[in-house]
Amino acid sequence: MTLASSLAPATPRVGFTSHPWVRFGVRRLGRLLVSLWVLVTASFLMIHLIPGDPVRAALGPTAPAALVKSKRAEMGLDDPILVQYWHYFQHLFTGDLGTSLVSRLPVSDIVSQRLPATLQLALLAFLVAVAVAVPVGVLVGVLTRRGHGRRTELTFTTGSVVLGTIPDFLIGVGLVYVFGVNLQYLPVAGNETADAYILPVLSLAIGPAAIMSRIVRVEMVSVLQADFIRTARAKRLPSLNIYLGHALPNALTASLTLGGLFLSAMVAGTVLVENVFAWPGLGSAIVSSILNKDYQVVQAIVLIYGSGVLLVNTSVDVALALLDPRSTIRED
Amino acid sequence: MRRWMRVLRTPLGLAATVLTVGVLVLAVVAPMLWSDEADAVDTSNILAGPSGDHWAGTDNLGRDIFFRTLVATRLSVELALAATAIAVVAGLILGGASFLLGRRSGRIVSAGINIAVAFPGILLALFFAVIFGVGATGAVLAIGFAGAPTMGRLTQTLVASVEARDYVAAARVAGVGRVRILVRHVLPNIAEPLVVNATIGAGGALLSFAGLSFLGLGVQQPKYDWGRLLFDGVGSIYVNPAAALAPGIAVLLAGLAFNLFGESVATSLGLSSAAGVPLRADDEDEGNGSLTTEGQPATSSDDTGSDLVLDVRDLRVTFPGPSGPIRAVRGVTFSVRRGEAVGVVGESGSGKSLTALAVSQLVDDTGRVEASRLELLGTDLRTGGPKAHRHLLGTSLAMVFQDPMTSFNPTRKMGGQLAEVARHHQGMDRKQALARAVDRLRAVRIPDAEKRAKQYPHEFSGGMRQRAMIGMGVMGNPALIVADEPTTALDVTVQQQVLELLRSIREADDVALILISHDVTVVGEVCDRVLVMYAGKIVEDLPAEGLATIAKHPYTRALVAAVPDMDTDLVRPLAVVPGRPVDPSEVPPGCAFAARCPLADDHCREVEPPLATVADGSRVACWHAGEPLALDEGTGELVEAEAR
Repeated sequence: MTLASSLAPATPRVGFTSHPWVRFGVRRLGRLLVSLWVLVTASFLMIHLIPGDPVRAALGPTAPAALVKSKRAEMGLDDPILVQYWHYFQHLFTGDLGTSLVSRLPVSDIVSQRLPATLQLALLAFLVAVAVAVPVGVLVGVLTRRGHGRRTELTFTTGSVVLGTIPDFLIGVGLVYVFGVNLQYLPVAGNETADAYILPVLSLAIGPAAIMSRIVRVEMVSVLQADFIRTARAKRLPSLNIYLGHALPNALTASLTLGGLFLSAMVAGTVLVENVFAWPGLGSAIVSSILNKDYQVVQAIVLIYGSGVLLVNTSVDVALALLDPRSTIRED
Repeated sequence: MRRWMRVLRTPLGLAATVLTVGVLVLAVVAPMLWSDEADAVDTSNILAGPSGDHWAGTDNLGRDIFFRTLVATRLSVELALAATAIAVVAGLILGGASFLLGRRSGRIVSAGINIAVAFPGILLALFFAVIFGVGATGAVLAIGFAGAPTMGRLTQTLVASVEARDYVAAARVAGVGRVRILVRHVLPNIAEPLVVNATIGAGGALLSFAGLSFLGLGVQQPKYDWGRLLFDGVGSIYVNPAAALAPGIAVLLAGLAFNLFGESVATSLGLSSAAGVPLRADDEDEGNGSLTTEGQPATSSDDTGSDLVLDVRDLRVTFPGPSGPIRAVRGVTFSVRRGEAVGVVGESGSGKSLTALAVSQLVDDTGRVEASRLELLGTDLRTGGPKAHRHLLGTSLAMVFQDPMTSFNPTRKMGGQLAEVARHHQGMDRKQALARAVDRLRAVRIPDAEKRAKQYPHEFSGGMRQRAMIGMGVMGNPALIVADEPTTALDVTVQQQVLELLRSIREADDVALILISHDVTVVGEVCDRVLVMYAGKIVEDLPAEGLATIAKHPYTRALVAAVPDMDTDLVRPLAVVPGRPVDPSEVPPGCAFAARCPLADDHCREVEPPLATVADGSRVACWHAGEPLALDEGTGELVEAEAR
């Protein structure tokens, strides 16, 4: 850009950049990029923070010194750390995640082979959780609105607190015991058949569903006391329209913010649940890789999980802004 | 300490406390009592199911699972507490750092915390587990550091809340160093919520630890915690399910105990936990109720003239209260003619708003509405339940509420909110309804109505919203507009516009108006007739122009006297109505106003005066109606005039 053009009056540009949506987009994108940079740096540093020689650890104490040396050279571990850092970024941008020290396979192959199973599990579980939590939360919210249903409220709250506190892998073990061992209704390992999805998805979904439905209820109860609900009643709209058309969108904004946290927690929750059900995803891969000291694979999977979480959080922010335009304005 | 004891009052809190104490006791005594049983190898009895000798069966070396689970309590709790301690200390350092480092560096620290908090704990734990290595020590460090960002954020929030307090500012002015301020003034004041959240965190750490050990990344044999037992037990779940269930249940109970104990303490202390999810909504209203409109069946009575828009007889609104029913409206009778503007004045709590809501069938359904007659345009609103008169009410009755800022749905466009009325009650499709909405917005003088219809409520100014609210009311063809303090929340200049708009709409279509206001001047200006309410009853009903001249009730006269005008001598105190309004849960016998009335005598305090019609068609409920009063120049109160 020339000096002249940068000095020229820039009214349209000011108008554009001061638009709330543009500022919102820039801010969120900036936050995402900074977080991604932190994540990549952390995963890069991981291999350097491990006490001792990661290559020696992976190849085992019996591996010949020459092999360790050549591997180190191949991975560039002997270069100055800043050079390594630079190469790490370069490789990431070309999709090169390195080679597994243990299986000798390209890490990108391992990841692309296992990622779909994990994504399926997390997404299905999230859909199930939302599909259960929203109707339950709305229903209980309506039943327990101002001065109604104290007993229902207590039962529901206690139940959902307890359910929401149980970690997913324990729910998984319980489900395995009931449906796999006792009733022998459902398969408890792998993902070959459709019914094999049921137990893993349930163990991942139950806790978040309980917590989310509690949030939806609290939000519903408070929204139902709002003035604009009285306005909607004054318009004599059908109750269903008032609850779903007027109250729910307002209750969902807050629910979605908190719900988004559970979505990212669910992404991470797959690690444990996959290990309960021998699910051939990233979660079981990362654990076996940690145990095998296959650090290149661990590094890559940490990166994938981390960016998954960041993307989920950013999408939640964007969805929230679309649903409730005030929130974008308010932050300015 | 007494506040902490409140935990024991709720069933959940009590159960959590008992369990937590139980787990801690077990952690201390179990290894002392049962270590031998837990380690006794019985090769003749490998992987056996539950039996009298082994309640939860045995493992692959024939060791008793039940005793191993009990003994594992200590290691599990120890590791969880160690991890929690690391999390708290690291969190305090992180959170305190942003306080100590001052503004600029502090922001970097808190940005770092915010980024780290975005990652789920299990992911952080795995990351650190790789760095610190597989094993119990590595897992303690991993879970501790994984919990640090959350604790850091919590500390930061708490510090920030205390930082603004006077004593911190005073210490700073006195030149006390930042470290000293933090340790002496800030930390002691945030200790309580920190301890509570650490307790919840300990529950989380216990469960996370079980998770890591379950993955084989935590405690390694021959040591064992619950997670390790679970890991071994799940491997043989088909042979002996109890080997997985026993440690699983132990983890669950202990984790829940810490977690719920912390949450319950937080609730009883009135703190919000880091989870930020309230355990219960804070609506404290007791009791239950339903919308009922009881009374005699509708009778088409003789005096239901065709020009009556609204006819109300003996309207009562009652709410259930902690000490008996709250009688907010106690028998109100009035009618509104076509095109007539009726003002309702009274102090807050006089029942004027509730009267309006009851007439419009909008009383919260915890309240009970009764009337011997309640007719809108000749239709009995008491019959047929809430759905029966939806279309009539939706099109013939318009409501305008006090606060235009909160009375629109913030997530919907203005046009759509107006159009809804036409779609539901006039059978229009989306397009027609929207066109009607734009037309109505234009009718209430909103400039550029087409563009405005596509905007959200927050893009409207207060006065414009109130006009839009009136526009929403005239989507149908209202015969009656009920406006509850429509100008109270508005600027004085905007008030006049809104009143003017109401007036023009009324004149154009001969629409009746019920205007509820505490402002006698506004009512006198806009209305034909005024109902003065006190303690849930009409005490006077008179022509608006007679407010200043022919008002007979001492309360009306006090209200009028309380309004300053151009002639008010500003040196003297402004006139006031002495005393406090009546508490609707304890309405005294006799005249409710007697306690505040300069004319009251024993008769007034015993017998309630009826609302009697006086010569010129107005009504008044007072035994001393029209007796002279004088303004006490000193106090600004009306007093009994000396010359009777």
